Amino acid sequence: MDDKLVIGGHAFTSRFILGSGKFSLDKTPVVIKEAGVEMATLALRRANVGGEENILDYIPKGVTLLPNTSGARTADEAVRIAKLAREIGCGDFVKVEVIRDTKYLLPDNMETIKATQQLANEGFVVMPYMYPDLNVARDLVNAGAAAIMPLGAPIGSNKGLRTRDFIQILVDEIDLPIIVDAGIGRPSQALEAMEMGVAAIMANTAIATANDVAKMARAFKLAVEAGRLAYLAGLGRVLDFEAEASSPLTGFLDN
Amino acid sequence: MEDLVLQKTDLYDYNKYTQADVRRVLSKTQFNEDDFAILLSPAAQDFLEPLAQIGQRLTRQYFGNNITLFTPLYLANFCENHCTYCGFNCYNKIKRAKLNIQEIEHEYKAIAKEGLKDILLLTGEARGQSDLEYIASAVRVATKYFNTIGIEIYSLDEHEYKYLHECGVDFVSIYQETYNKERYLQVHKSGPKRDFSYRFNSQERALKGGMRGVAFGSLLGLSDFRKDIYATGLHAFYIQKIYPWAEISFSVPRIRPFINEVNVKTDVYEKQLLQVMLALKLFLPFASITISTRETQKFRDNVVGLVATRMSAGVSVGVGGHDDEQKGDEQFEISDKRSIDEIHQLLYKKGLQPVYKDNIFL
Repeated sequence: MDDKLVIGGHAFTSRFILGSGKFSLDKTPVVIKEAGVEMATLALRRANVGGEENILDYIPKGVTLLPNTSGARTADEAVRIAKLAREIGCGDFVKVEVIRDTKYLLPDNMETIKATQQLANEGFVVMPYMYPDLNVARDLVNAGAAAIMPLGAPIGSNKGLRTRDFIQILVDEIDLPIIVDAGIGRPSQALEAMEMGVAAIMANTAIATANDVAKMARAFKLAVEAGRLAYLAGLGRVLDFEAEASSPLTGFLDN
Repeated sequence: MEDLVLQKTDLYDYNKYTQADVRRVLSKTQFNEDDFAILLSPAAQDFLEPLAQIGQRLTRQYFGNNITLFTPLYLANFCENHCTYCGFNCYNKIKRAKLNIQEIEHEYKAIAKEGLKDILLLTGEARGQSDLEYIASAVRVATKYFNTIGIEIYSLDEHEYKYLHECGVDFVSIYQETYNKERYLQVHKSGPKRDFSYRFNSQERALKGGMRGVAFGSLLGLSDFRKDIYATGLHAFYIQKIYPWAEISFSVPRIRPFINEVNVKTDVYEKQLLQVMLALKLFLPFASITISTRETQKFRDNVVGLVATRMSAGVSVGVGGHDDEQKGDEQFEISDKRSIDEIHQLLYKKGLQPVYKDNIFL
């Protein structure tokens, strides 16, 4: 079966998106290779075109760039950053991040909806980062988002799927790809999310802070693939209790 | 806020904490005001290794491998303040100078050639010599060469911060030096800086004026450093509560020798300096910490990536000195004189990522 991740009309085989902001740039090519990713995010604030240590020089050709609007505190700022990204040749994809909280880096859902609307109207393929809320997700769909990127836990925390139940609701109710964006700290958590029917996983800190980043990148690739396969296979029956009750409560019906 | 910070600092009795208190705090994952008080206490000094383990984990969690590089440029060293610990003080007989706009641009070009995109502009406090318009013109020209422009100048009114922000400034560093009001008045003998409250409220005025971030700091050694850092941390904590979008950073300078110095300091040792940095890191892990060239190469090399995530390089603390010959005397002696390239190589060797650009002026 041809199982593709389709975002804004573009098809991807890999369901793992790499965040590039936290590890050494010279490791980027090997991590991208080992993780088998076809899409990598970059913070436009870090793009240093023509200058030292420019992230854009380290992402291999053929990998779809997903510039993010990190640094934006309002919808307007996000829109300006996205336009700058397009101007310097990052393409039409944009991950909208609007954050006005430096402590937890939690997204501002209201401003994110506004930015999504404006950017979608201008032809961007918009992938908004959001706090998992069904009503907001519906508004984002209506605003023209191409995928929804709920957080699993605060960025960088590696705490896993703390918002699991709410992400499940998005998976069940929203017809766009749901991509878990933040908080995934271990391959097992990525696998768990994929089993739930999440369309793809994004991770950065989990790989950047590993002892061997290349090996961890590969571990994530395998976990995401395994989780996807498990989802497609349909999970088997899991009993909540050890066995069936020996004194059935409905036995009286037979007497 | 000023009353609250000073009151809490006054009540802070760091000697009352025991090793048992420290052990209890070390088992936590998030650290509040009370934990911060314990982490700064003498009792915590024997736990530097476990503190460092937590500190490094938090640094990596929040900043990854990234270390932002910047350089300071002194535009002028005229000053009307009499601060007993500072080489620029108005009674100190040093060579005074002020760069004109052409000289400033020459300096910018020399700095930009090294690849730096983040600059910190400094002046002494002399509104007659280095007025707001002089600083504004320096900033306007700086926008041609740099993505991040910070200022470390005298305290301004809100509308003046707003004006400089419109010209291109995003970050404001203002150090209270000491939060002990009595000591503050002793060491700031005369000049506008003597107004403790006006200085204390600078960060708030800067943020109201539209600045993206503010830096806090005390000059360690001027007064009781534990109380000063406690106050510094609380000051930043309360500012962040009111302005949650603000980027917060800390500097932890120790007093350095300067020309014609009369001894004004109480020694703060490296072990204590590291404890101070770690306590700030655990309390406010999202804040960046700058490591000064005042410190030795060995100390800087070891704390970068462990607690510090901002580092200056290719530093001259005299007026000018990046391109042409230095025009005015230095503010203090620097200890680490390595070039940008040397710092770059060091970071790579340590598996850290030098970051030259990390901001878009919006």
